[in-house]
Amino acid sequence: MTTVGLDAAGASHAFDDASKRYVPPWRNPWRRPYVLASITWAYVLWSLVPVLISIQFSFNNSRSRSSWVGFTTDWYLGTNDPNSPANGASIAQDPALLRSLENSVTLAVMTTLLTVPIGTALALGLTRWRSRASTVSNGISLFPLVTPELVLGSALFLVFNTMYSSIPLGRPAMLLGHITFSISFILVIVRSRLVSIGPEFETAAQDLGATRIQAIRTVLLPMLVPAIFASAMITFAASLDDFVVSNFLYLDAKNITVPILLYSAVKAAPSPALNALATLLLLGTLAALLVTYLVLRLRRRGDGGSALDDLADIEM
Amino acid sequence: MAVAETAEGKADRATRFLWPSLAIPGTVWLILLFVVPFYGIMAVAFSSQLDILGQPIPAWNPLQWDFTVMRQVINESISGFYRPSWEHTFVYCFLAMMICVLVGYPVAYYVARLAGRNRGLLLALILAPWWINYLTRMLAWVGLLGDKGYVNEFLGLFGVTPVDWLAGNWYVVVIALAYGYLPFFIIPLYAYLDRIDQRLIEASRDLGANSFRTFFRVTLPLSRIGLITSIVITALPMFGDYYTNTLVSNSPATTMVGNSIEQSILSGFSRAKGASLVLILSAVLLVFMAYYLILTVRSSREAR
Repeated sequence: MTTVGLDAAGASHAFDDASKRYVPPWRNPWRRPYVLASITWAYVLWSLVPVLISIQFSFNNSRSRSSWVGFTTDWYLGTNDPNSPANGASIAQDPALLRSLENSVTLAVMTTLLTVPIGTALALGLTRWRSRASTVSNGISLFPLVTPELVLGSALFLVFNTMYSSIPLGRPAMLLGHITFSISFILVIVRSRLVSIGPEFETAAQDLGATRIQAIRTVLLPMLVPAIFASAMITFAASLDDFVVSNFLYLDAKNITVPILLYSAVKAAPSPALNALATLLLLGTLAALLVTYLVLRLRRRGDGGSALDDLADIEM
Repeated sequence: MAVAETAEGKADRATRFLWPSLAIPGTVWLILLFVVPFYGIMAVAFSSQLDILGQPIPAWNPLQWDFTVMRQVINESISGFYRPSWEHTFVYCFLAMMICVLVGYPVAYYVARLAGRNRGLLLALILAPWWINYLTRMLAWVGLLGDKGYVNEFLGLFGVTPVDWLAGNWYVVVIALAYGYLPFFIIPLYAYLDRIDQRLIEASRDLGANSFRTFFRVTLPLSRIGLITSIVITALPMFGDYYTNTLVSNSPATTMVGNSIEQSILSGFSRAKGASLVLILSAVLLVFMAYYLILTVRSSREAR
C-alpha cells in the first residue's frame, strides 16, 4: 500500500513546528493532494453517472429515454394495460428483444465452454514446449490481442463469404469468431499463472512416482483452477459484450445479439426497453465479475494481497 | 538398472509429444481463423476478377495479384473521396488521446499512489466502466445529449438555447471517443505507476526539488513506458472505431475511416476497396502493434 502523503499528523500542518516558519502549500510535501483527488472523483462521476441515469430511464413510465415521467417495471416485465407506453414493446413481450437476449447468452456460454479447453491446452503447451515451432506459434497467438476488432471482423466476414463459405454466417460463424478473439485472453491469463507456479511441483510429483500426465492432472491443473476460472469468466463477459465481430458475422435478425440491437435501435426509434436490455446485459457481466472476484478472493485468502489488484492485473 | 532405463525412455518418448500436442489445436485454430483470414483481406484487396454478383473473387495466388484497386484507394486517400475520413480519424484520435493523457494520468497517479484508504473503492470505480458494455455507455450519453435530455435542460437553467449535440459535431465525437476509451487507458497506466519505487520520489524531494520538478524530472520519466503502453493499447481500437461515430453523430461530416470500411465491406458494393482500406489501416497501426508485441514478449521473458 502506498499511503504516503496522507499521514494524518503532517497533513494539515502548514507551519513547521520546529521553526514556526510559514511553509506555502506548494512547498509542503505532506499536504493533501486536493487537486488530484478532485480530478479523480470528477472523472469517476463523469464515467459512471450517465450509466446510472440510463439505468434509471429503463424504469421510465413513458416512451422517452430523456425526460423522466414516473417509475414502472413494465419495460422489463411487460403489461397488458392499453394506456402503458410499454404495452407490447417490453422485453417480455417483444420477441425480437427476447431473442437477442437469448442469442447473447447462448453465444457467450458456448464460446466459454469451447474456448477454455483450447486456450488452457495452448497455454500449457506453449509454456513448457521449447522449439522453433513453438516460437512461431507463440507469435501467432499474441497477434489477436493487438489486432483491432474491425480488422478481425472484416477479415472473418471476407473468408466466410468465400473460402469458408461452407460455414454459414450467423450463429456458427459468430461462434468461431468469438472463440478466435477469446483464445488469447485465456492464453495470457493461464500462462502468467503457469509461469509463476514454475515447473517444481510437477518435477516433485514425478520424483514421487507420478507419470507426467498424472502430474499435470493431479498437481498442475488443480493449481491452475482459479486462473482458468477467472479467464473463463472474462471470456464470457467479452463474448457477451462483443459488438464488432458479431456485427460483421450475424447475417440477419434471427441471430442478432443485444449489442447489435443496441447499435441498430439507436438509428430507429429507441425506447426505454433498450435501456432495460442494456441493464440486463450489465447484470450478466456483473454476475461474471462477482463470481471471479469471489474465486480470486478464496485463492488469495491468507497471503495478504488484494483480489481487486489481481483483477486489475488480469485485464491487460 | 538397464531395464528401468528403457522403461523410463519409453515413458519419455510417450510424453515427448505431450506439449506440442497440447499446443497444436489452438495454433491450428489461430492459423485457420486468424492468419488465413488476414491473408484473405489481401486476396480480396488484390483480386482482379469479379463473380456474377459483382463481388471480387479472392486471388489466393500472389502471382495473380492485381494492384489496380489498391492504387486507386491510395490515390483517393491522399486526395479524393477517402481523404476526409483519414483526416477525421487522425485528428479525432489525436485529440481524444490528448484528453485521455490529461485526464487519465492524474487519475491513475492518484489512485495508484495517493488515494490512501479510498484506494480499494476508487480502484473498483475506475475498473467498473471496463465491465459496462461500450455501447451501453455511449447510449447513456445519447440519452443525455438528446433534444430534451438532461444536458440541454441543465444548460437551459442558465438561459442557453437547446443545442442539437448529436447532429454531426466533431467535438462531440472527440469527447465521446475519450469517454469511451479512458477506462482502457487508465488501468495499464495504473498498474505501471503502482510499481514505481516511492523512495526515488522521496529522494528527489529530499534533495530539494519541488513537486513540479520532481514530477517532470523523476515521476514522468519513470512512467514513460507505462504511458506509451497505455497510449498504444488505446490507439489500436480507437483507430478502428466506427460505432462511436455512428452513435453520437451518424453524419457524413464526421466520417472516420472505420465507417468507410464498415460501409464498403458490409454494404457489399466495394469489398475490394474496403479490404484495401483495412490493409492501409493495418499498415498505419503496425508501428503500434509491433511496439506492444515487443513489450509483451520482453516482459514475458523477464517473468521466466
